[in-house]
Amino acid sequence: MKKIITLLFILQLLALSACSVKPWVKPYHRAKLANEVMQYDRDPISDGYIHHVRQARESARGAEGAGGGGCGCN
Amino acid sequence: MKVQEVPKAQVEAAVVATKNISFIYRYFSLTLLLSASNLLYAVVLPEERADAMYHRYDGGGMVIDGPSILVRKNIAEKYSIAANYYIDSVSSASIDVLTSGASEYTEERIESSLDFTYLEDKSLINIGYTTSQENDYEASSFRIDFSQDFFGDMSTLSMGFSQGNDDITQTDNENFSEKLERRHYRIGLAQILTRHLIANINYESIIDEGYLQNPYRFILVNTGTAYNVEAERYPNTRNSDAVSLKLSYHLPWSAAIKSRLGYFTDSWGIKSQSIELDYSQQLNKRWLVDLRIRQYQQGEADFYANAFDIDSALQTFVGRDKELSEYSSFSVGLGASYEWTFNHRIEKARVNFQVDYMLFDYDNFHEVTSETTASFGIGNEPLYSFNAYALRLFFSIWY
Repeated sequence: MKKIITLLFILQLLALSACSVKPWVKPYHRAKLANEVMQYDRDPISDGYIHHVRQARESARGAEGAGGGGCGCN
Repeated sequence: MKVQEVPKAQVEAAVVATKNISFIYRYFSLTLLLSASNLLYAVVLPEERADAMYHRYDGGGMVIDGPSILVRKNIAEKYSIAANYYIDSVSSASIDVLTSGASEYTEERIESSLDFTYLEDKSLINIGYTTSQENDYEASSFRIDFSQDFFGDMSTLSMGFSQGNDDITQTDNENFSEKLERRHYRIGLAQILTRHLIANINYESIIDEGYLQNPYRFILVNTGTAYNVEAERYPNTRNSDAVSLKLSYHLPWSAAIKSRLGYFTDSWGIKSQSIELDYSQQLNKRWLVDLRIRQYQQGEADFYANAFDIDSALQTFVGRDKELSEYSSFSVGLGASYEWTFNHRIEKARVNFQVDYMLFDYDNFHEVTSETTASFGIGNEPLYSFNAYALRLFFSIWY
């Protein structure tokens, strides 16, 4: 119970502090972020495939930024 | 995160087994990634594009190749529909096949999926369905994902759920029929940190219930003079948690360096870590190149053993899948794209080539064949390792 109260208190503080923080990267400053070299999954057809290859050979799965996937191609 | 650049003037004015192919980890489809990858990073509709790819994996006695077609069409700048058709044509003489003494086999897996995406203001909703079919394994999955931009569009929160249902049969046993059910819960946050840096953290929990082993794979029981074989016995449930942190940083020239750290743990006692570094550079208006390296390592499952003795073979759960063993892999990848631009209905076209070369080193999975056992003696077979490549050659158009 004490932990929950502490957690809620911290979350409350964060929420309050968030109110005072304003977005610091303006839309017109995002030109480089919009560059396709920045994208992790630039080509879904290819990126999906290599995730599929890895997940078929590794026990790890998930948290790829999408659903995950795989076939058991041992 | 897919970021939409807004012109400054506009802002000022108003303001992204032996028979092996089948049975493990085909939990749901490749196209989950294909469809959702854009979704989770964007509150803009995914790009209208069509891709046709030839893929090929060659390594560890397996060759898997085939085509994949992915087409996406947007409607009224509010809706998007994507369809994917994918084939794996498998020819396998993997180490499991060799250990069993079976002969090389071939088979085919066909996967198709459909996704529908809806954009409303700063929210994006995706609903998708995928089916995968083989002669002895049928899988289907449904998914729904939601993402929302906030904090001046510097943050994107995403969450999603998937439900998969698999029907497992055995080619040489008409009486064998099992089911597997799977649920995924995922949440992610993409955050713009500076004008050059984006961070993305993702968490996913997966729950499996049903038949999780491979009906074609066997364990080895070392009697001291020979190996006996018995069927694997896996738990009927598996819960896993995975978390990843991705960072993308734009360098002072037209290039970016990207990293991904991953951590995984599950109820079978497996823990794994991975690290990946990518470098992408736009050489000029036509050429874009990629270079990447990746390291992965995992510990073994609680019930894994390369070979069991007579007593340990009696324990409740036993398995000999090398993907449950302790091992590490290292890969290096290269890619290049060449682009043409047009002033017609087709805006641009690209030809792309990507290849990854992978090395797998197993720490407690041995290369057990009749030859190695005869040469080295029972229980003294060499550790298994192999290398492989995975290539993709694809053509893309934007319209």
